[in-house]
Amino acid sequence: MLTRRIIPCLDVRNRRVTKGVRFQQNVDLGDPVERAARYSAEGCDELVFYDITASAERRPIDLGMVEAVARAISIPFAVGGGIGSLADMERVLLAGAEKVSINSQAVLKPELLREGASAFGRQCIVLGMDPVRVEDRHRFPSGYEVTIQGFRRRTGLDAMEWVRRAVDLGAGEVVVNAVDADGTRAGYELPITRLVADAVGVPVVASGGAGHPDHLVAAFREGHADAAIVAGILHTGEWTIPAIKDYLHAAGIPVRRVW
Amino acid sequence: MITIVDYKAGNLTSVRLAFEKLGFEAVVTGDPETVRRADRIVFPGVGAASSAMATLRRTGLDEALLEVVRREIPFLGICLGAQIILEHSEEQGGVAGLGILSGTARRLTFSDPRVKVPHMGWNAVRTRVSHPLFAGLSGEDEFYFVHSYYPDPSEPACRLAMTEYGGFEFPSAIGRGNVAAVQFHPEKSGRIGLRLLQNFVGWDGRC
Repeated sequence: MLTRRIIPCLDVRNRRVTKGVRFQQNVDLGDPVERAARYSAEGCDELVFYDITASAERRPIDLGMVEAVARAISIPFAVGGGIGSLADMERVLLAGAEKVSINSQAVLKPELLREGASAFGRQCIVLGMDPVRVEDRHRFPSGYEVTIQGFRRRTGLDAMEWVRRAVDLGAGEVVVNAVDADGTRAGYELPITRLVADAVGVPVVASGGAGHPDHLVAAFREGHADAAIVAGILHTGEWTIPAIKDYLHAAGIPVRRVW
Repeated sequence: MITIVDYKAGNLTSVRLAFEKLGFEAVVTGDPETVRRADRIVFPGVGAASSAMATLRRTGLDEALLEVVRREIPFLGICLGAQIILEHSEEQGGVAGLGILSGTARRLTFSDPRVKVPHMGWNAVRTRVSHPLFAGLSGEDEFYFVHSYYPDPSEPACRLAMTEYGGFEFPSAIGRGNVAAVQFHPEKSGRIGLRLLQNFVGWDGRC
């Protein structure tokens, strides 16, 4: 049986892992390669790195870090942040990443998804989407609007309309990182996660809001997610990956428990 | 020397790094003469069967691979490599493969729309026979998969291991004699995947 994936997310700034609530109050969590090796040894199923400064400062991705991670671990990992061209994607994949995650740049240049899927295969192309809850159901039938650039800019796009189009274009996986839940540790935003998971034929990853393993159970069972991203719950040391997996196993969720 | 065949079908970085982590030197090559001289072949790949086969034919790697397989050196196909060693692929209305083993690469299809394709993530690989590739493993370990087609060899004895997805069981490791091939990615399957690659390096090509 296919197991549900637990994916730690590392926000990296100048080769240090940081964690904050809605990109505020960042705390230094040390070396990303060391942390990746530790989480991998503890049994995470995949990892995702967001080079959060790459986008804001328009710097290219830190390829040295990608190479160091690829040498340190032997499980799949995705890299996102500031990937805006086929050449960017190629560099990151050749450095050893399994997937590239494209968010703002996909909204600004949707063709990037098609070009990336055709050049490298859609399994490499992850769409990151940051939806925010909105009241205006007339303009946004799903009740969610897509934001970009770290939640700073609204796009006027309905989340469901955008995700369907992005998957048609070539996204092979979708990360739903809801603005309202991100960093709250009060649980994933289940309604939009489920809407997306039921609408697209590719795997969907719940992101933002995990504070307890019950939240992951809900993401899988009620949100219909195929995988879940965790950050603060792990980084603080409050929960470990084996403890989360034992909890999920006891709740009847299939997880990989031997590695 | 471990020879990793490069035929422009995906990224070989993680395959090369996996052997490095185990302390073995591996050469990545697209040159048919280098492939002919190999004493151990790794045949990875992701992507479309049609463009992969076109590249193999254009470069003459197809003939080199058939020759080297006949020399009975250990051969390991990975992912697309496990599909195009068969005679046919159902991809894009039908593509001829290398025919190293008889059989067809078939598309994963499900009547239930909730079962997603590609099959992506960690799934159990249950061995049907005892094969040197799986030595020291439990016989039902989880490996990392990402694929939309699977290898279906015509001889049942060529099914080395099976995996269940969406209520359907497909061959996830196949082989005969010196040829073995896996649909999953051992190079991305952590410690257990590295163990399988280490077993491959120590394998004499006999079962």
